[in-house]
Amino acid sequence: MKVGIPKESHPGERRVAGTPDTVRKLIEYGFEVHVERGAGELASYPDPAYADAGATLVDGAEIWTGSDLILKVRAPKDLEIAAIKEGTHLISFVRPGQNEELVAKLAAKKLTAIAMDCVPRITRAQKMDALSSMANAAGYRAVIEAAQHYGGFFTGQITAAGRVPPTKVLVIGAGVAGLAAIGAARGLGAIVRAFDVREAVRDQVKSLGAEFLEVEIEESGEGGGGYAKVMSAEYIAAEMELFYEQAQEVDIVITTALIPGRPAPKLWETRAVEVMKPGSVVVDLAAEAGGNCELCVPGEIIDHNGVKILGLTDLPSRMANVTSQLYGTNLCHLLDDMGRAENYRIDLEDEVVRGAIVLHEGEKLWPPPKKEAPPPAEEKAEPAVEEKPAPAKVAEVTPPATPEKKGLGRGAFIGIGLALLWLGLRFGYDGTMTPPMEFLQHLTVFVLACFVGWQVIWSVSAALHTPLMAVTNAISGIIIVGGLLQAKGAWDSPSALLGGAAVLLATINIAGGFLVTQRMLKMFRK
Amino acid sequence: MIYTLLIVAYLVSSVLFILSLRGLSSQETARQGNVYGIIGMAIAVVATLTVPGIDLYAILVPALGIGAVVGWLMAARVAMTAMPELVALLHSFVGAAAVLVGYASYLDPGMYRGSSHGVFLGEVFVDVFIGGITFTGSVVAFLKLKGKVSGTPLLLPGRHMLNLGLLIGSIVLGVLYVQSGSPFADGTGAIATDGLIWLGAMTLLACVLGVHLVMAIGGADMPVVVSMLNSYSGWTAAAAGFMLSNDLLIVTGALVGSSGAILSYIMCRAMNRSIWNVIFGGFGTESSAPPKKAAEGAPGEVQETDVDGLLDELLGARDVVIVPGYGMAVARAQHAVNDLTQLLRDRGIRVRFAIHPVAGRLPGHMNVLLAEANVPYDIVLEMEEINDDLPKTCVSLVIGANDIVNPIALEEGSPISGMPVLEVWEGDRTVVFKRSRRTGYAGVDNPLFYHERTRMLFGDANDSVSALVAALRARAA
Repeated sequence: MKVGIPKESHPGERRVAGTPDTVRKLIEYGFEVHVERGAGELASYPDPAYADAGATLVDGAEIWTGSDLILKVRAPKDLEIAAIKEGTHLISFVRPGQNEELVAKLAAKKLTAIAMDCVPRITRAQKMDALSSMANAAGYRAVIEAAQHYGGFFTGQITAAGRVPPTKVLVIGAGVAGLAAIGAARGLGAIVRAFDVREAVRDQVKSLGAEFLEVEIEESGEGGGGYAKVMSAEYIAAEMELFYEQAQEVDIVITTALIPGRPAPKLWETRAVEVMKPGSVVVDLAAEAGGNCELCVPGEIIDHNGVKILGLTDLPSRMANVTSQLYGTNLCHLLDDMGRAENYRIDLEDEVVRGAIVLHEGEKLWPPPKKEAPPPAEEKAEPAVEEKPAPAKVAEVTPPATPEKKGLGRGAFIGIGLALLWLGLRFGYDGTMTPPMEFLQHLTVFVLACFVGWQVIWSVSAALHTPLMAVTNAISGIIIVGGLLQAKGAWDSPSALLGGAAVLLATINIAGGFLVTQRMLKMFRK
Repeated sequence: MIYTLLIVAYLVSSVLFILSLRGLSSQETARQGNVYGIIGMAIAVVATLTVPGIDLYAILVPALGIGAVVGWLMAARVAMTAMPELVALLHSFVGAAAVLVGYASYLDPGMYRGSSHGVFLGEVFVDVFIGGITFTGSVVAFLKLKGKVSGTPLLLPGRHMLNLGLLIGSIVLGVLYVQSGSPFADGTGAIATDGLIWLGAMTLLACVLGVHLVMAIGGADMPVVVSMLNSYSGWTAAAAGFMLSNDLLIVTGALVGSSGAILSYIMCRAMNRSIWNVIFGGFGTESSAPPKKAAEGAPGEVQETDVDGLLDELLGARDVVIVPGYGMAVARAQHAVNDLTQLLRDRGIRVRFAIHPVAGRLPGHMNVLLAEANVPYDIVLEMEEINDDLPKTCVSLVIGANDIVNPIALEEGSPISGMPVLEVWEGDRTVVFKRSRRTGYAGVDNPLFYHERTRMLFGDANDSVSALVAALRARAA
């Protein structure tokens, strides 16, 4: 199977979909790799390095016509699409939501297209999550770009020539990019504050040493897939007020707020820019989606009364060497999962492939059927970021029991109940014809107690199963009551003696069971 | 009046028992839950003692006193590693007590006041039958866990027919015994023996059935067996409740019974096997041929390492995952493991524990041991939480675990196929602490040991880990 890695043609794009390192891995997976001459040049991967890794260097046209599978960063341009042979597979960023026209063109060529930006954000797919890889680089780079345009030290300094205050950085949106920015800014010594509508990221923000700002209104911004949702008007007003106050204090603002499928929310108003000190810098990572800053011009750096607003859209590309490596590795992981060269296939049963596939032999399969649940709050849901949201650690939450299995258990209970009922009636009619009412009453109690037990036990956490067993063991010593009830009449009657022995055994069980449980529980600590 | 009070007291203790189980749903409330259980039990016992006619204190006081002391001593002395045995043994007491209570009420003339004895006799039968199975089954489980009886399943030819025969035999005897009616039917007060003989014979069959059922189950399935016996001990208490018309026994027995049933089910699911397969299968027997890999006979080369070599790797690692198994429990290495964990964490190395749901011999066994050694529980993760991280792990230490890290489980045709396992071989380096080259309980050879990235450290787990801790301290000094 021939894999083709073309040179990116988008102006300013420096990344490439494979590095000598990842090419080597692909060859190990059994692929035959063709790389277009000069593909890695802008990312500092010269042609000979690819040749050394085992790739065949080919010229422009051939890469499009001669490959079975094309790996790219950006979606192909019209001219390139025209050159692709029908039925070729393509893996790249596609953004099928925003680029319907592009998808139609790809479909016309009967292509099979997998969008790296649509890989579902589940635990298993984190190693293929290219958006996170890129967001990480973008967040870091945002701080570096800000530092370049800002005329001060990040760390506060007290020198013989006077005191320099530390730089204050505000990061809005603590997704992967936001967290990376916080880390980078802290690393340079700045005082960092961060804001996010999702309460769940508070600890992550704090763990990086930033202060977590809050709006004094209760509302969770947790949306699906680790993104934020649209907030109420009241909340937004309070948020704007907070930002306006912050604008008067901070030197650098990095905004990363993004809501999927919508223009980026306008969070940094013109009035906020106007109260910032001259020389301050705003870096808008949401520029591609319209920008979080009202004055942001995508792709440009503007100066508004001395405040620089960076609407850069090519931050990952500015770190092409490392981002190419990361992206290439994400691709390797995906191809590894898809069966490498010998078993390569599009498995629509696979959750990852199903989520990311846009076209299958020209047939549009995007968007995938929905089955999402908002992630539980304590999960490492990540946020809201430019082209780069985050790897929500949406662990597959295993429900205590699937309904059908529970049903099975219930069925068993009902079955047992009916069997007992039958037995009871059978023997009940043995002597007389009076229905055994008392038995039926006890049966009612029994069945209800089974249900209660069933419901209660499912909530016990796995770590506590041993103490649970010990405590239920102790409780089953309740059989002692049976023994006690026999301790009457003549002391040497057989029933009294047997009852006494039962009491002895049951007491051992009770004392032992409770003490063991106590000992075990004592040991659990956080 | 006193009966009204008794019913109220029983109601209160039933509720306390439910709260007790409820309390165990989280670490914070677990101890409180245990206290509820103790209070509930105390109320039940005291209330029962006030029933008019219960006056044989000459028997009761010594029984209660001795029982409490013996139980207390057993529980206070047992080492945490011997927990599974103790729990199994305690189950057998419940079973035996249930059998005794069954006989006692059968021989109690007071139980035969009404005209219809059929129901009562049937209830005695159920109580004694389940009690007998629980009793002998638990004793065998205890012996197996203790190592007095081999952990390998005893697979008699035609064992399913044998089980069925025992069951049918018991039922036939039960019917004969019920038909023989009250032992006091002749009105003289003397005990008629024919019913007693049927009951005795049936008890014997139930005991044999209990022994046979548990003998046929392999050591690796012991967690399931213990929780199943736990369930039986509940059902037997519930049966006694029917027999004595006592709702407290019924409610409590049902709670315990369903709890044990759910635990068994959870265990089986963790091993990807059905409960019937565990009970009647006998591990690894469906494929009549012995495990193929083991039969190939030519295991690869294992590569050994030593304490110093391992120490270098640990110090160079960012991320260490420890996979404990029954071997850690046997060697009582959990304290040494905790020391190692602390030392590594002090050096900024991330240490986590990966717990397989069926590691050890009881559900949650490893959690208990690690908790005993004061390992913080937030670094102790379940299999699902950590399996995806294992490929990124620098060093995994497998301490006394075998089947739960066996890559064979991912392939077809082995006795443990389909059981989810901890995929430690995906990481950069796996070090296996092992006493010998023997196979695990499932009797399946483990290719992990011959994996190119695996190193073996032979020896007692506690000695090895302690040596590691000492070497680490020496280096720090």
